[in-house]
Amino acid sequence: MDRLLKLVLVTGLVLGLAACAGPAKEGEGAAGAGGPAAGDTRRAAEAGGPVDAKTLLSDPDSPLAKRVFYFDFDSAEVSAEDRAALRAHAEFLAAHPGISAVLEGHADERGTREYNMALGERRAKAVAKLLVLQGASRDQLQTISFGEERPVALGHDEAAWRLNRRVEILYSGY
Amino acid sequence: MTRHLHIWMLAALLAWPLSGRATLTIEIEKGEADAIPIAIVPFGWQGPRAAPLDVAAVVRADLARSGRFAPVPVADLVARPTTAAQVRYADWRVLKVNNLVVGRMVETERNRFRIDFQLLDVVNGQQIAGYSIRAGVRDLRRAAHQISDLVFEALTGIPGAFDTRIAYVTVTADRRGRKTYRLAISDVDGYNEQVLLTSPDPILSPAWAPDGERIAYVSVTPRGPVIHVQNVYNRRARKLRRFPGLNNAPAFSPDGRTLAVTLSKDGSADIYLYDLKTDRVTRITRSPAIDVEAAWLPDGSGLVFTSDRGGTPQLYRIALRDGRPAGRPQRLTFSGKYNARASVSPDGRRVAFVHDHRIALLDLETLAIEVLTETRLDESPSFAPNGDMVIYATRDGNTGVLAAISVEGRAPQTLSVTRGEIREPAWSPLRRRNF
Repeated sequence: MDRLLKLVLVTGLVLGLAACAGPAKEGEGAAGAGGPAAGDTRRAAEAGGPVDAKTLLSDPDSPLAKRVFYFDFDSAEVSAEDRAALRAHAEFLAAHPGISAVLEGHADERGTREYNMALGERRAKAVAKLLVLQGASRDQLQTISFGEERPVALGHDEAAWRLNRRVEILYSGY
Repeated sequence: MTRHLHIWMLAALLAWPLSGRATLTIEIEKGEADAIPIAIVPFGWQGPRAAPLDVAAVVRADLARSGRFAPVPVADLVARPTTAAQVRYADWRVLKVNNLVVGRMVETERNRFRIDFQLLDVVNGQQIAGYSIRAGVRDLRRAAHQISDLVFEALTGIPGAFDTRIAYVTVTADRRGRKTYRLAISDVDGYNEQVLLTSPDPILSPAWAPDGERIAYVSVTPRGPVIHVQNVYNRRARKLRRFPGLNNAPAFSPDGRTLAVTLSKDGSADIYLYDLKTDRVTRITRSPAIDVEAAWLPDGSGLVFTSDRGGTPQLYRIALRDGRPAGRPQRLTFSGKYNARASVSPDGRRVAFVHDHRIALLDLETLAIEVLTETRLDESPSFAPNGDMVIYATRDGNTGVLAAISVEGRAPQTLSVTRGEIREPAWSPLRRRNF
């Protein structure tokens, strides 16, 4: 939470509007209000946080084990099922503000390469938006598109295309 | 004249760092019933050694590739005149050829040559044109292409585009599947390949500057896409200012000072103009949709681009005035689920584009669409600078190849590499004649 607090404080200083903690959602602002204890919290997070995170991220039975999300052709709509899985990632990120993630958007080979670069980005941003809505900080997320340039399946049929229309969540350092 | 023409050209290319010698191959898949029969007689030669190049063979191959001509095979020639004075027109009327090209090459000093040639009208027994071209040994192929250009223009009224080049991207993979991307240029017949860039990162969208000296392209690095502009002569490359998100689909303005680009720094993908002098950008489109792949109208009065603001990717046009948008974008395509990647013809009347994974032409006045190709997964159309052909990327089995087709649907031909795949073709502007 300390990172969010810092963000809020810096934002407040810059804007001269400390009260306007706009990006903070659902009670996180309240945690941020514990100002004097922030240093202790940080030390605690640095000592214990990463170990916890590592355990959580390496558990194959955790909902966090699902890191790849698939899309329909020319669509950036996240399925209802994936929204539930993304909630776990959002909650994890909210609980571990020191951890950041890269969202890689990809497209299948159909369509033009440049349009697919934009489509991959749209998919990555759609996932980022859901994560932020569910508690992750904008600051923890980075989106990048590789369009159709980095397929995981090399065929030229729907079986391959289905696997290539995807967003991958990559936790830095994990 | 509905012969099958199979022309294989093996080009000795500059050594590639990994693959040694690479080869580009061009195959013309079918001859055309209405192609003009023409005889190009082997040129005479005067010099101390063997002739360094069969100039007539280069001209023959050029004219065949255009789809507009059906050159007579050398074996069928009834005589071998090298000057107009030696020609007995009656012999050639029997062969039913309309035109005849005769010529001779002289080595005037070491590695310096003069080529004299005449284009003759067999029916009327007259000379149509005659030229004398001087060239060094390294420019001989270019001189041959210029002869093709002159013959083509004299007989069709359309400037030839044989003395031009194409830029493209090749991809090879090593045993572990690690890919190497190369940005290269070659003559349009696949000879004289020069690799401008070798990279582990994907290369997209090479685009020629109108001066034919610079190429803009996108490098998709692990940190995201970046646009570069590279000089094809001194190879010097300049990385453009990079914005958060997309930095894609560059297209030089007709005056060469500005790039139309796709950026997403303000949210979704939109079209911007990038001033190459000041590195400042001006926003042109504003929509929450994807706006991408801008192509300039040749007079600079506007852009044609791809947008999915209507739900599916379609082509739109936006007018520009003083580097700013003038009015709202106007939708150009209404049939098909996927219309994208416009290339505007040099006369500004037509657009070649991807229409449901095939290459089609759009008439900018009537908005009528004509589908040119029958293959699938056709991409990246690029107009020849004389407007007579379109080069594009397609698939042959599991590999990517280039293909060219005349705008009248004739002479589809493929250009492939012997290793790996080739994609993203961009046809250069016309070059200034050097004689």
